[in-house]
Amino acid sequence: MSRNLIISSILHAILIIITAMSLPFLAKKPIDLPPIVSVELIQISDKTNIPFAPKAKKIIEKVKEKEKKLVSEQAPPKKVKKEKPDAIPLPDENTKELKKIKDDKQNPEKIDNEVKQVSEFEKDELFDPNNIAALIDKSKVEEADTINKTQKVTQAQDRNVDNIGLSLSEEDALKAQIFGCWSIPLGLPYDKNLLVRIKIQLKPDGSVIKSEILDHARMNKPGQGFYKVLAESALRAIKLCQPLRVPSTGYERWKDLQLNFDPREMLEG
Amino acid sequence: MRHIILFLILILPSQSLALIEVDITRGNLNPLPIAVSPLSIDEESRKNFKKILKKENIGSEISIIVENNLRTSGLFNPLNKDAFLQKPDIANLKPRFEDWNLIKAQALITGKVNYIDENLRVEFRLWDVLAGKEMMALAFTTVPTNWRRVGHIITDKVYERLTGEKGYFDTRIIYVAEEGPKTKRIKKLAIMDQDGFNNKFLTLGNELVLTPRFNPTSQMVTYLSYFRNLPRVYLLDIETGMQEVVGDFPGMTYAPRFSPDGKKIIMSFAKDGKSDIYTMDLENRIVERITNHPSIDTSPSYSPDGKYICFNSDRSGYQQIYIMDSDGKNVKRISFGRGLYGTPVWSPRGDLIAFTKLHKGKFYIGVMRTDGSGERLLTENYYQEAPSWSPNGRVLIFYRETKTDKKGEGFSAKLWSIDLTGYNERLVKTETDASDPSWSALLSN
Repeated sequence: MSRNLIISSILHAILIIITAMSLPFLAKKPIDLPPIVSVELIQISDKTNIPFAPKAKKIIEKVKEKEKKLVSEQAPPKKVKKEKPDAIPLPDENTKELKKIKDDKQNPEKIDNEVKQVSEFEKDELFDPNNIAALIDKSKVEEADTINKTQKVTQAQDRNVDNIGLSLSEEDALKAQIFGCWSIPLGLPYDKNLLVRIKIQLKPDGSVIKSEILDHARMNKPGQGFYKVLAESALRAIKLCQPLRVPSTGYERWKDLQLNFDPREMLEG
Repeated sequence: MRHIILFLILILPSQSLALIEVDITRGNLNPLPIAVSPLSIDEESRKNFKKILKKENIGSEISIIVENNLRTSGLFNPLNKDAFLQKPDIANLKPRFEDWNLIKAQALITGKVNYIDENLRVEFRLWDVLAGKEMMALAFTTVPTNWRRVGHIITDKVYERLTGEKGYFDTRIIYVAEEGPKTKRIKKLAIMDQDGFNNKFLTLGNELVLTPRFNPTSQMVTYLSYFRNLPRVYLLDIETGMQEVVGDFPGMTYAPRFSPDGKKIIMSFAKDGKSDIYTMDLENRIVERITNHPSIDTSPSYSPDGKYICFNSDRSGYQQIYIMDSDGKNVKRISFGRGLYGTPVWSPRGDLIAFTKLHKGKFYIGVMRTDGSGERLLTENYYQEAPSWSPNGRVLIFYRETKTDKKGEGFSAKLWSIDLTGYNERLVKTETDASDPSWSALLSN
């Protein structure tokens, strides 16, 4: 008798907990409202033929495979002394082409090859950098699935947004703001992997405490000059945009954000 | 029972750990606001340069060249100097970034000019205003008369650092200068800097000249002129002024162009009502026939790797663009739109082919991918043709003629440039009327 009572009490308690949590599968049947479609008006020439940009998810998987090692290759920063630039002479008027005497020590690309900074985020956190990357990638896959499932926003589901991420309208507001701030360097090759992932830490008012390029090591790799140009433009966009248009509530869920800058859709046009 | 509890424990915390990601796939194409501070100059250097170059302040003059170049690219918006809060002498100091931030500058160029051992020494620095750091610092030394080129080279460096692609400012343009009424035109070969300065005429105008084309690797030009009343392809060395007729063909040769390595000339040879494409090796003078078809094949242009050739032909009944291997095999038509297509030119980047299109009485300059897809018409006009690529493959220069009025007047031919967005169309200033432009490679490479 008492055993049955205990079982019954436990089951009732579970039911109460589940109801309190308002899990989606126990919520009321969703009202069949059409999904909110965010439309951004952009100027399109009627003579252009822009193909679709590849999804960021695929690119991230590629990046993860190709550059998994780079994160762990980062070395402590070295101090670099600034020196005045050396002369790079031009030839006499009669000669055909300009000659450079020698490499300039002030050339930042040279210096950058020697400097490998440890990111500020990595100093703060106790995890291994590889684990962070793994977590990020895992969370991306999970979130992509979640977004697919929540494409149909309902009243009941809306209450759960706090646990999932930004709502579509919140995300669109943030995107629209950054679209306006980001001057895309138009000379970049559009057939290369151009995804720049930046992790930012925000204050409740949307101003940026710190921003970090997740594939920082790639900035200094030879032959990746275009990546550096792109990453710098993305950082400029974040600085220019702040304070970012973040939701007025739920600071804990968006205090750390990852922005994936992918210009290929624009460059291919 | 235990499964349900385990399930609850597993799903709840995993969601709170997720880092929110936002994909930014679009940005603006607004020109980047940049401040070009006049290059500072000490009093003694200023006097010396004034004596030599007859310019009051060579530092300001160089910065104006940089500013104009950046503006014409359409990718930068040089800010008005009146708004600058810091004076040019910041060349020796770190700029006060908050002052430049105030006027919305995102990048800043500072520098100084010195007169050292009868030479011009120019130092410049590029700053990222928002990040508050130096992006680039270089110095150049040259003879004072090269001051305009220094301005162009600085622009190339800044352009490359901020856009990720090579610039096109330290370049020259060769074109046909035209004077006189339409029925009695005098045409001379002329060359100038890409911004229209330092114009020089290379021929006297006694013979008609057409379609000059730069060698991509040296200061050689090939063009069409008349030899014994027959149009023939010529070769001209700009430095020495030496010229020669290319090949000994028993007929008319035209539409010449260099191969990407500069070792061959590819051209059309017309005989008996048909026209085929030939190449001639400039070292051993061996002539090779590339196409053999009873149609008119002309306007050949190599791909930058030299493996393919694009050309136009009327073999399908109408003039269309074709590509083939460099030995003439695997001919494939790539243009299928309405209208006639001509003057195809392969981009130095290799990804696009520029062309002239005639459709319903209007002329268009456009680009398409090398497989013929993605055709985009950049500009439309009464009469325009002959696009030529800038060395970085971002800008096209071409010429445009205006209609003659009823009195037979008002005719003019001018050079125009347009970038790949199709929005940045500009008139290129020339001393006379001009046609058939061809862009050189970067001189400082």
